[in-house]
Amino acid sequence: MIDALGSPSSLLLVGGTSDIAVATAKRYLTERPLRVVVAARNTPRRSAVATELEGAGAQVQVVDFDADDPASPARMVAAAAAGGDIDVAVVAFGLLGDADELRSDADAVARLAQVNYVAPTVVGTELANRLRQQGHGVIVALSSVAGERPRASNFVYGSTKAGLDAFYSGLADSLVGTGVSVLVVRPGFVRSKMTAGLDDAPLATTPEAVAEAIVSGVRKGRHTVWVPGAMRWVMSGLRHTPRAVFRKLPI
Amino acid sequence: MPEETLPAPHRSHARGGPLQGAVPLTGWGRTAATPALLSPVRSDDDALAVLKGHSPRGVVARGLARSYGDAAQNAGGDVLDMTTANQVLHADLETGLVDVEAGISLDELMNRFVPQGFFVPVTAGTRYVTVGGAIAADIHGKNHHIAGSFSQHVRWLDLLTADGQVRRVSPESDADLFWATAGGMGLTGVILRARVQLKAIESSRTLVDTDRTPDLDSLMTLLSETDHLYDYSVAWIDCVAKGKRMGRSVVTRGRFAKLDELPAKRRTDPLKYHGSVRVSAPDVFPPGLLNLATVAAFNELWYRKAPKRKRDQLQSIPTFFHPLDAVGGWNRIYGPRGFVQYQFTVPFGQEEAMREALERISHSGTASFLAVLKRFGPGNPGMLSYPSPGWTLALDIPVQKGLATLLDQLDELVVAAEGRIYLAKDSRVRPETFEKMYDRLDDFRTVRKQVDPDGVFTSDMARRLAL
Ligand SMILES: Cc1cc2nc3c(=O)[nH]c(=O)nc-3n(C[C@H](O)[C@H](O)[C@H](O)COP(=O)(O)OP(=O)(O)OC[C@H]3O[C@@H](n4cnc5c(N)ncnc54)[C@H](O)[C@@H]3O)c2cc1C
Repeated sequence: MIDALGSPSSLLLVGGTSDIAVATAKRYLTERPLRVVVAARNTPRRSAVATELEGAGAQVQVVDFDADDPASPARMVAAAAAGGDIDVAVVAFGLLGDADELRSDADAVARLAQVNYVAPTVVGTELANRLRQQGHGVIVALSSVAGERPRASNFVYGSTKAGLDAFYSGLADSLVGTGVSVLVVRPGFVRSKMTAGLDDAPLATTPEAVAEAIVSGVRKGRHTVWVPGAMRWVMSGLRHTPRAVFRKLPI
Repeated sequence: MPEETLPAPHRSHARGGPLQGAVPLTGWGRTAATPALLSPVRSDDDALAVLKGHSPRGVVARGLARSYGDAAQNAGGDVLDMTTANQVLHADLETGLVDVEAGISLDELMNRFVPQGFFVPVTAGTRYVTVGGAIAADIHGKNHHIAGSFSQHVRWLDLLTADGQVRRVSPESDADLFWATAGGMGLTGVILRARVQLKAIESSRTLVDTDRTPDLDSLMTLLSETDHLYDYSVAWIDCVAKGKRMGRSVVTRGRFAKLDELPAKRRTDPLKYHGSVRVSAPDVFPPGLLNLATVAAFNELWYRKAPKRKRDQLQSIPTFFHPLDAVGGWNRIYGPRGFVQYQFTVPFGQEEAMREALERISHSGTASFLAVLKRFGPGNPGMLSYPSPGWTLALDIPVQKGLATLLDQLDELVVAAEGRIYLAKDSRVRPETFEKMYDRLDDFRTVRKQVDPDGVFTSDMARRLAL
């Protein structure tokens, strides 16, 4: 259960090896010990994350999850829920993809759409079914400001995030009255292993800052958060920028 | 609670299906709402029917929802509204033994029996609690140091257990089940009826002494030295005052007046009683209405207004016992985010821990109205019963940034002092901290496992604390 002051006692990390997922668990663990389910492919990185979170005070359970496998989400959610209620589920998996390749390689586009859009919607549906039954819980979906107005430099990635964002925003509305809520998180450029080697964008942020925004968003019962907060106003400006101008912006 | 006849909730426990007819429920603190199917219980059969067709998420009973947190909530499952089972079944006006349905309120018991010369054996700071809730939380009142807690005045109770049986349980017939149910927060089954020993009174007026103490030391000394002279005793502490004035309080202590202690004009109708007329708090309060400045100003005024020392003042039952009940729905004053009550106890000899806790609270800048301090007498065999010999402090705090950490730290202080927090007020303690507070928790779990092996009776609180 999430208590009166917004502290959960269990956390499911889907894409549990992502920097944001790990940072979120560690941020919660600075307050209290809790049960953390790390759902990810069986890799050395997953074991390392499990050990790291155990060291930080978590009671860790690892569960297999593969975004390329259509049967995986249902199995993953069932396995995670077998250990007790899921208070907060963070959907944090995704790929950035290679923008050059994605411009022309249809297979790469299909793969990115599967991992970044199709799989998250399936996971979201399975999670919603489970959480509706338990009558409580928060689903946190990692969207991106890139989805708000996809631009030429990474529009495929942006479009998958736009789809994910629309899905989870709609899911939030469909869950009103069930005790379950959804928090859509829209970070700007996050310095992490996913973006290693890329140049910082304006208003770049960190996994820790995103984690902080998630914890406080859950605590306050928010539906959408931007990280950093100023992104909200930047994106609102960009959304209304005329196309001809938008295209020429160095972003 | 619902007066009109509710349609039987349409049960839908299909996989992932929405819970048809579910309503959001909270406790008095208005935090962490969760939806559940709320079914009115008018008879044993009503309760049994819900138990038989219960949702996979289980069942819990709910009284007047005056517990602050999630004790009477059950996310995604069934909740029994007991307030519709509220009859007096039998009353013996010689002995003061009454058999009642569990959903009857202490308010109603007073309306019925004060004019007949009987008061409830123990009352909370509000009389809008049910007998079932009073047993399930084993509530204490201002007379704990003399009379113990509510369950000590219960001769037997009828308990609907998970197997569908109704058992008459008394401290003699089945001590384990009785003392697991007393204070057991509804987790052993549904209390359907109980026999309660009322307290004989000659008048409906109390004789009250008021003392003002300038700090915590003088307060504790006063209570230690003279509490035994009074049936009822409580102190209101200003939690905002710091430094030398930390712990300044107004102490009110008293007992029921005897007939010949009433002024002549009252002697003709000594048992005249009517609960206070309730005005409702307005629905919308500006957030931030209660800030440190307004609360400090209120507390200052309240302290100055109280007499330094006053003796034998006649007060009505509502004025002496239930001042907060004069404003219906005052819990809304804390705004949409709700509030928590922190109530803990530390044993005698741990006065330093109490001082330290007060110091941290007054320095935290959390705007709390008055806190209530009391000296407990001996505890009872209730496995999760809260009162134990020592000092108890209770205070309301609006939900705000940093509160989770402050209270976690206070918990540690309380555990180190071998104290505990009160489940009826709790909405946020950590399970592993709670375990350290109740040394009979394992006994409770053993009894619960015996009467309810599948854990059919469960609540948000039970899940949160892995009870
Ligand atoms: C203003 C205020 C002042 C208070 N002062 C005091 C005080 O001085 N001393 C004190 O001890 N407490 C105090 N309380 C707390 C209150 O007395 C307890 O929380 C009490 O349990 C509330 O009774 P209820 O009928 O509202 O029960 P609920 O809050 O509805 O339920 C409380 C628990 O009892 C269980 N329960 C209720 N009915 C049944 C039943 N028929 N069978 C089985 N289980 C049942 C529920 O499952 C739940 O676990 C105060 C509360 C308020 C709001």
